[in-house]
Amino acid sequence: MRNSCVSSSLQPRLVVDGAELKINEKGMSYWEHELPWHYEEDGFQVTRGSAWSAPGCHLGCGVLIYSKDGRVVRVEGDPENPYNQGRLCPRCVAVDDIINHENRLQYPMKRAVEDRGLNKWERISWDEALDTVEQRFNEYKERHGAESVVFLQGTGRDIAAYISRLAWSFGSPNYAFSLSNVACFGPRIFASMMTTGVFMIGDYSQQFIDRYDNPEWQCPAITVVWGNNHIVANSDGAYGHWVTDVMQRGSKLMVIDPRLTWLAAHADCWLQVRPGSDGSLALAMGNVMIEEGIYDKEFVEKWVHGFEEYSALCAEWTPERAEEVTWVPADEIREAARLLAANSPALLQWGVALDQREDCVFSSRAVLALFAITGNLEKPGSNVVGPELLKYITGWGRELLSFDAEEKRIGTDELLIYKLGLQVASINKMIDHMIEQPEDYPIKASWIQTVNQIACGGVDNERTIEAFKNLEFNVFVDLFMTPSAMAFGDLILPVTTYPERNGIRVGDGTQRGETINAAVPPLGECRSDMEINLELCRRFNPEAWPWETVEEMFSHILSETGLDFEGVRETAPSYLPFEYNKHEKGLMRPDGQPGFLTPTGKVELKSLGLEFMGFDPLPTYNEPPMTPYSQPELAKDYPLVLQTGARQHNTFHSENRMSGRLRPIHPEPTVMIHPDTAAELGVRDGEWVWVEGPVGTTGRVARAKRVAEVTTAIDPRCASSDHGWWHPEGDPENLFDVNEININNLIPWTTGLTGVGANYKCILCKIYPCKDGE
Amino acid sequence: MKALLVNYRWCTGCHSCELACQVKNDLPAGQYGIKLNQVGPWEYAPKKWQYSYFPVLTDQCNLCADRLAAGKLPSCVQHCQANCIQLMDASEAATIAAANPKMLMMTI
Repeated sequence: MRNSCVSSSLQPRLVVDGAELKINEKGMSYWEHELPWHYEEDGFQVTRGSAWSAPGCHLGCGVLIYSKDGRVVRVEGDPENPYNQGRLCPRCVAVDDIINHENRLQYPMKRAVEDRGLNKWERISWDEALDTVEQRFNEYKERHGAESVVFLQGTGRDIAAYISRLAWSFGSPNYAFSLSNVACFGPRIFASMMTTGVFMIGDYSQQFIDRYDNPEWQCPAITVVWGNNHIVANSDGAYGHWVTDVMQRGSKLMVIDPRLTWLAAHADCWLQVRPGSDGSLALAMGNVMIEEGIYDKEFVEKWVHGFEEYSALCAEWTPERAEEVTWVPADEIREAARLLAANSPALLQWGVALDQREDCVFSSRAVLALFAITGNLEKPGSNVVGPELLKYITGWGRELLSFDAEEKRIGTDELLIYKLGLQVASINKMIDHMIEQPEDYPIKASWIQTVNQIACGGVDNERTIEAFKNLEFNVFVDLFMTPSAMAFGDLILPVTTYPERNGIRVGDGTQRGETINAAVPPLGECRSDMEINLELCRRFNPEAWPWETVEEMFSHILSETGLDFEGVRETAPSYLPFEYNKHEKGLMRPDGQPGFLTPTGKVELKSLGLEFMGFDPLPTYNEPPMTPYSQPELAKDYPLVLQTGARQHNTFHSENRMSGRLRPIHPEPTVMIHPDTAAELGVRDGEWVWVEGPVGTTGRVARAKRVAEVTTAIDPRCASSDHGWWHPEGDPENLFDVNEININNLIPWTTGLTGVGANYKCILCKIYPCKDGE
Repeated sequence: MKALLVNYRWCTGCHSCELACQVKNDLPAGQYGIKLNQVGPWEYAPKKWQYSYFPVLTDQCNLCADRLAAGKLPSCVQHCQANCIQLMDASEAATIAAANPKMLMMTI
């Protein structure tokens, strides 16, 4: 199943070779393990399970946790788990450094409001902590309505189900994701829903327990990595190195990225696109395919709606016109279009770069359109709808929220996408609200679980800090003291890491049955996020939370599958049945008719849903608001196009930087600039520089310190920076240096074209050396 | 004699081998039994990029003798995300290296 690419022949390496494949009463298949999920080996306790948060991660690989005397000694990849096949990324390999870190929070702490920003925390009991939250939240609810308390999460932690249910059962509609305009994954999902009615994922065989050996699966002829560096990021449920797996099995590779990533350097075709202009590039590739007649005419005839209108739009985007916008030579656009059209099946591995611009809905649809007109949907090795075990991951317990409360959800009156397409409140509108504090709708308190918004996710710290300082009571739940908690927290509750807790992990994209299994007791007085939320919720709304233990709660969540927590744990990982070509078989629509889950039953290149919402129904290109073309005057002072958020192997967003093992891999924040640009600016490789830019059109200017990485991997007109930076070793009362090194300070809290998608990856900046002492 | 054979065509520079070794052998942060090296990126011809990583054994590598005795793979081999490191007899590794491009053979 897992090959080694050293020998010329593909050698199976899965340890369960020869094990018996079983199928449970729900039709889920699993390998019978030789050993139970918990066993002893050479004086170690070994616990098999899923590695899902905390710390944060987008995957949840299969792991074996080795512990001794109640302490995690190391974590290894589980060779019996088809998902990662014994492999692990460096963050998980070194996770013991986080679990056993001396600075972990170990008990609840409080701080007086007047001491915000000062390191004057006082240890309290869990009873006092939860009594305080219960009493204060209930007071605000009584005086100002439940909506005056907001609930915020970050990304990559097992929290969406439990925090959404907490918010809704408390009665507040204001549950939000802390990233500006939910600019991660959500916009791609929305764009995809508006096009096909479903969300599709690249088919690396991850839905099959026997993976690459499954006879139905076919290796993609080409993998197209668009705006993603997933061998580093491990994003959206896709294990990054599946791409090297399929390359080793013969897949070609196309990469669309402004940077020369390792993948780009090893691609058959790399298009170095100007940040933010992907929509134009995709339309020009469509132009070539239509012009040359090299699309899948049969699929288009049968399954595509709006092809004429789409063709007319593409006709406007000749490769020559797109070259001016994208900086990709016209001939390269032609070659790329031909390469994609000639290689079927084609797998689309798209990434967050498509969400991180205002026109994400339209540019993502333009990219998806290329895979529709080439017929690369639902066939083996292309892009498929993964099997789904549970729907809980996008929010759990919506029915607990009254209609009146729902009407008050922030953002729904101005941003139609929030009203019709999303369950969260708009964080951008919420920040405005916190600052303005309208008399009829004040915001008084926040519950901030798994997010460090002034180091990561949030933008424009000046405004963010002002907003949260305006609230009377901010509660944090986290592993470590963070810059955000230091800046405006009043209470902080300590959580467990994944080897210290139980949980369920069904996965993003393609779901499977797995559990997170406690291997060691929690550090100090830490509790899991689920235990905290269960206990607090039982105080607010006992009818909505009838469970005595979190394991009972997990079994309830799983009950719709006919399984319980213990049952899933015994057979984990278990795999759901899967079929290809569901649109042909009537398996995609609830009415059982063939077709996609759209009003027309076809892939809607002209979207009826978007038209209904009053948006452009076509995947039209929109120039982002802060570029040399949209802001020619500003660009005279800030000539470089900056993209932020470059992922590093050693960190997950703002996490992991306190690890002595991981930190040396990438010890300080960096900005990539081309040698020609560096020479012009008088900047040397390894030197500290300021990256400075306008905060949108606010009239303010912000800057962040970086180490210059001078490299030909970037266009001379561009710069690329990593994100999520703070110095855990820094002075807490200087907020761990966050205000000097957070690149998101250059990005404004605007709502953009639709209210989803924010310009993290296409803004303007200038770069100059730091002076001595800075 | 055993050797590690790396097909460096596929090494993506993910650092898993370094840390899997460091944690398994309880080496202090900053010391490694296998250490990653980067060469590039630079463009040596139009659209041709030199950009490679090379994991290299150090004096602290013992080829995970204890893991081998327990029927497991060395920690770096098991955790290599690109599946590009393999442990085998040195003579076999030499034969494969002689017949295939981009091979790095190492003994301790």
